[in-house]
Amino acid sequence: MDQAYGIFLYVVSLLTMGGIYAILALGLNIQFGFTGLFNAGIAGFFAVGAYVSAILTTAPSARHLGGYELPVAVGLVAAMVVTGAIGWLVGRICIRLRADYLAIATIGIAETLRLILKNETWATNGARGVSEVPKPFEHLPEPWNQVGLMLLVLSIVAVLYVLLERARTAPWGRVMSAIRENELAARAAGKNVEKFRIQAFVTGCAVMGLAGGLTAHYLKFIDPNAAEPLTATFLVFVMLIIGGSGNNKGAILGAILMWTVWSATEIATSRLLPDEWAIRSAYVRVFLIGLVLQIVLQRFPGGILPERRLRVAKGGKSGP
Amino acid sequence: MMDFINFHLMPGVILGSIYALGAIGISLTFGILRFANFAHGETMTLGAYFAFTLVQLTGWHPLAVLPLAMILTAVVALGVDRVFYKPFRAAPAIMVVIASFGMMLMIRSVIQFSWGVQLKSLVPGIQRPYILFDALRVSPKHMLIVGSALGLMLAVHLLLSRTKIGKAMRAMSDSPELARLSGIDTEMVIRATWVVGASLAAAAGVFLAIDTHVETMMGFKLLLPVFAAAILGGIGRPYGAMAGGLIIGIAEELSSYAWLGDGPLLAPGYKAGVAFSLMIAMLIWRPSGLFRGKVF
Amino acid sequence: MAVLELENITGGYGETEILHGVSLKVEAGEVVVIIGPNGAGKTTAMKAVFGLLRLSSGRVLLDGADITSMATEQVVRHGVCYVPQTANIFPSLTVQENLEMGAYVRKDDYRPRMNEIYDLFPPLAEKRRQSAGTLSGGQRQMVAMGKALMLDPKILLVDEPTAGLSPKFRREIFKVVQDINGAGVPILMVEQNAKQALSIANRGYVLVDGRNRLEDSGPGLLANREVAEMFLGGGTNGNSTGSGAGGSNGP
Repeated sequence: MDQAYGIFLYVVSLLTMGGIYAILALGLNIQFGFTGLFNAGIAGFFAVGAYVSAILTTAPSARHLGGYELPVAVGLVAAMVVTGAIGWLVGRICIRLRADYLAIATIGIAETLRLILKNETWATNGARGVSEVPKPFEHLPEPWNQVGLMLLVLSIVAVLYVLLERARTAPWGRVMSAIRENELAARAAGKNVEKFRIQAFVTGCAVMGLAGGLTAHYLKFIDPNAAEPLTATFLVFVMLIIGGSGNNKGAILGAILMWTVWSATEIATSRLLPDEWAIRSAYVRVFLIGLVLQIVLQRFPGGILPERRLRVAKGGKSGP
Repeated sequence: MMDFINFHLMPGVILGSIYALGAIGISLTFGILRFANFAHGETMTLGAYFAFTLVQLTGWHPLAVLPLAMILTAVVALGVDRVFYKPFRAAPAIMVVIASFGMMLMIRSVIQFSWGVQLKSLVPGIQRPYILFDALRVSPKHMLIVGSALGLMLAVHLLLSRTKIGKAMRAMSDSPELARLSGIDTEMVIRATWVVGASLAAAAGVFLAIDTHVETMMGFKLLLPVFAAAILGGIGRPYGAMAGGLIIGIAEELSSYAWLGDGPLLAPGYKAGVAFSLMIAMLIWRPSGLFRGKVF
Repeated sequence: MAVLELENITGGYGETEILHGVSLKVEAGEVVVIIGPNGAGKTTAMKAVFGLLRLSSGRVLLDGADITSMATEQVVRHGVCYVPQTANIFPSLTVQENLEMGAYVRKDDYRPRMNEIYDLFPPLAEKRRQSAGTLSGGQRQMVAMGKALMLDPKILLVDEPTAGLSPKFRREIFKVVQDINGAGVPILMVEQNAKQALSIANRGYVLVDGRNRLEDSGPGLLANREVAEMFLGGGTNGNSTGSGAGGSNGP
């Protein structure tokens, strides 16, 4: 009985964190899947969202900015607004860059954000991070506190999914698709490509900020090196590509699937292996994820759920 | 004045030389293979770790094992290209960029698994610098680094300007299709590019290790400045990359000098941001770089 | 047996077909010219020889042997040399280095050949250490042609060699083409300057909309009424620099 309960709680945590990664994957999907923007700075926007929400909701502290003790909902919304604003700024500067240049630039942005969060200790408590972040439902008895948060995260995923699917099939989404398929033609048709790209970028960043905020509340703690930024960024890309880039269902599927694999292998290795091997197993896991990505890229670039193209009306112009 | 030279200018030149070596490789692969190789940083780390093991095995000075470390790193780079990048030669560039992103994490995890994550030292003991002219601090290892870096850059120059394969590399950087139409064996040029780029990266890693230490994230920390240097100099312009590396290195070190009043101009914690800002400024103002390289 | 033959080529770059069943051949010693309106597929037909096209059907034959699926570098090594219309030199290499790259696959000493090229194009000799990207249009064209000739080609393909050049350079280029042909090299040439090109051609093909439209001897096409209406009424469309009386341009 006890073991079943333990497994139940584990599944709840899987779905909670998996759901948060699903939100990240959906955000990346807007930028990369729909619009072809290679945002390698996911970790930066995630961190900013986490800190904003943490700072706005925690009790006063001598070690960092805060004390506003606002409700979590406000924190999350603020997280989205701030990351969206930073995304807009970044987009204004970088949106014209070709994919690999954009990747380099966004890695630089993530690093810069991390440096700011680490160095401005008056605001963020530096490397020691912000703790005692309020957690929704935490006053409920177990297991309802966990289940409540899980349901919150999953319903956010569901709402996002619906909104993004609506956007994808709406005229806005069709323009995005057209821009991604053939930028020259879209420009020739009079579309302001930069404006649409920036919109996609900003929206994606806001979604990533939301995921960051949720994580801060879930873990009750955030620091500048939360989850080794580059590995987490890489993980989100792998989730999206394996699930099916350009495809919202694929993003969610990929996220939950990969997170389960990641988490389960972590537990398995830490339980079954002696300590020193357990640490090294982390590296093996990263290596294997990387290898899986290479195989998927070469053999199944469409992912598990390849994107189905929106049907272009017959007789419409396509191509150069 | 002496403080300026000893603690800011000299370190800048040394750091700049290391950046320059890494940037040449990036500039060449970017120009010839047309993609930003995110795994280049880990190539530098790998070179340093190979050197570390070789030093452990032979007891020789790092500079003596450097050629072998360069060869080993080049072999790995060739293998990686064959298995993971070659399938994407005709595919959209984004595919191989993602592959290199994955390669970055794969190589790093292999290094972490094989050698562990503790800091290691390449050159045991602390060497006291010589003091010339009563004020100029000259450290032997720094002279070594700058001298060797210059030697390697000269070698690259000779390769590109005097040898057939070097000219073919420059030609392919100008136009891969025309190179093919001239009958040039483009796969061989690509292999040569990897060998040159990886060897220089290994050297950069070893020099950084001599200057500081060996650790698993060292290459990644170099990645952004090295990219910035390559962009600053102009993609596909190896000489530009050399200049770009020196500029970025010196700028980084000079940023913490007390230009105005007491404290450093830029808090040392933000040093890493200097390269990034220069890169962004270049991308906005003059994407082709100082030496007018390619803009894709 | 023709030196080079395109047999019923249908294909394009992406998904759209540009060429539809195009056939043409070049016999030993000939100068063959391809003319046609912009977008007719002339350059595309040339690129088909080098495997730069996605082909749905058709064959490319060199001395009777099927080279349709041969890699570009291999085609060049078999003696088919190409002077593209654009991007035909390596701008950051010197004139001499460009010629060296042209001779890349030669195993023997290429220097005698290089001197022959310098004799053919005297201005290049004095500028041999100059970066090719800094040369004038006409001089670049010389480098491009010289480079292609470094391999003693079996056949030379030239794509619009006089595009954007002054009348003086145009005459020179056509003279050079004739000289090369005089030395025994068959030439396949795409040209916008139909009149001048046909006047040095043995035979010509007219391509329109990716299809064979006409085929005849050089003089025959020059005298042809349809050809006259399409191309010879004065300047040609696009990039001419005002040759001939200002008449109508082609369709």
